[in-house]
Amino acid sequence: MPDLLPFNVSGAFTRMGDQAYFFRSFVRNLFDRDFEWEEFLRQSYQIGYKSIGICALTGFILGIVLTLQSTPTLKDFGAETFIPGMVAISIIREIGPVITALICAGKTASRIGAELGSMNVTEQIDAMEVSGANPIKFLVVTRILACMIMIPMLTILADAMALLGGYAASALSAEITLQLYFTKAISNLEFSDIIPAVIKTILFGFSIGFVGCYKGFHSTRGTESVGQAANSAVVTASIWIVIIDAIVVQVTGSILYA
Amino acid sequence: MEHVIEIKELKKSFGENDVLKGIGLNVSRGENVVIMGRSGEGKSVTIKCIAGLLTPDSGSLKVMGDEVKELAEDGLKKMRRKLGFVFQGAALYDSMTVRENLAFPLKKVLKMKDREEIERTCREVLEAVGLNDTLEKLPSELSGGMRKRVGLARTLIVKPEIILYDEPTTGLDSITSKEISNLILEMRKKYKTTSVIITHDLSCAQITGDRILILKDGVFAAEGTYEELENSSDEFVRSFFK
Repeated sequence: MPDLLPFNVSGAFTRMGDQAYFFRSFVRNLFDRDFEWEEFLRQSYQIGYKSIGICALTGFILGIVLTLQSTPTLKDFGAETFIPGMVAISIIREIGPVITALICAGKTASRIGAELGSMNVTEQIDAMEVSGANPIKFLVVTRILACMIMIPMLTILADAMALLGGYAASALSAEITLQLYFTKAISNLEFSDIIPAVIKTILFGFSIGFVGCYKGFHSTRGTESVGQAANSAVVTASIWIVIIDAIVVQVTGSILYA
Repeated sequence: MEHVIEIKELKKSFGENDVLKGIGLNVSRGENVVIMGRSGEGKSVTIKCIAGLLTPDSGSLKVMGDEVKELAEDGLKKMRRKLGFVFQGAALYDSMTVRENLAFPLKKVLKMKDREEIERTCREVLEAVGLNDTLEKLPSELSGGMRKRVGLARTLIVKPEIILYDEPTTGLDSITSKEISNLILEMRKKYKTTSVIITHDLSCAQITGDRILILKDGVFAAEGTYEELENSSDEFVRSFFK
């Protein structure tokens, strides 16, 4: 029967089934008693420690840019004193988590996709499986959990650096101490600003780890597929980040601000 | 004689492509069986089915008496502890050193905890394959022949009863290739293994094989010793030995 739809329907359902099976394998191995601590710590180091520089720098520059862009407008209304609070709320609620996640999608999802894709092409995953070891437990659970823990921590760092950047930009045009800036910034924050952001970052971490691992594990057996796995991992993870962001904002907004 | 591998009417296809069209094979304990055939005939598919990496479409495949496709995850794990697989490209974990590669199955499969015992076992098996002083090296620092030897060492370290070799000498020069073939024989003597060897290499087939099977169009077209097949009346079979 000719395919009347613009995309392959059976292929889409097959992929959904594969993803559901992959998720099931992850969950089943998540609570295994023999947790791979060594590999988890190695991945946490790779995902977390090695991204500190880029996340801190991006956060700092974002804080500067946000402050510089909003200062003239707020000055017109005589509302410069609201700058620390505005920067804090916009960074912590939205910009910090999303930008950090997008950086990690580019850096971490591609690394995981390429690493596992290359292991797949060179039959290293088969070798692990045939030796009786569990590749899902060793390769997938450790990477996804490391993402779920490290990406929220990187977000906290990026948020703090953005506030510092905001202070640096404010200090250029007005006399304000670091202590006063942070007091003003934090006093404007509420519990309801923090919770959705934390939930979001954990889900972002999951989607980055899951997509990277899935793409790597399901790459076909050719060297070209390694690049495709890395590329596809970045694109898919980025799309998921935006979708998750929209859903979490909607859901937590309807609960917290109802 | 006890058969450790029994295959009957095994079929496997990928989409429209029927790769195995009902093969049959019995491998006795301690025997070295070589499977030859043109590229794409399904040699690797056969041993991947034996290892449980691929699921056959139909037919029977028993390893040590267990029907592989009926085994649940735990049963498959147990079966794989008796089975070793030497991959074409050695499939060494490239982020790990030789020591870590060798220690991996000891820690994850045999659940060995004692560091001294792990170190001693790694050194012993590495010595058995003729490689000393490479424990600290990464796979990328090894030559093709050395990688194959480490791959063999990693397989032998858990003392499997059956070893499946996927083109163990491909990409090696003739001297190293003969060394690896002799090593396969030595390992059988030392560890009392049964082997299924996939190869295109005539000298490897001659040195290692007690029995050779030729796969053609998804079925075994001929079977015999090296000498028997070399003098076969079938031109296709003889063409492999020219």
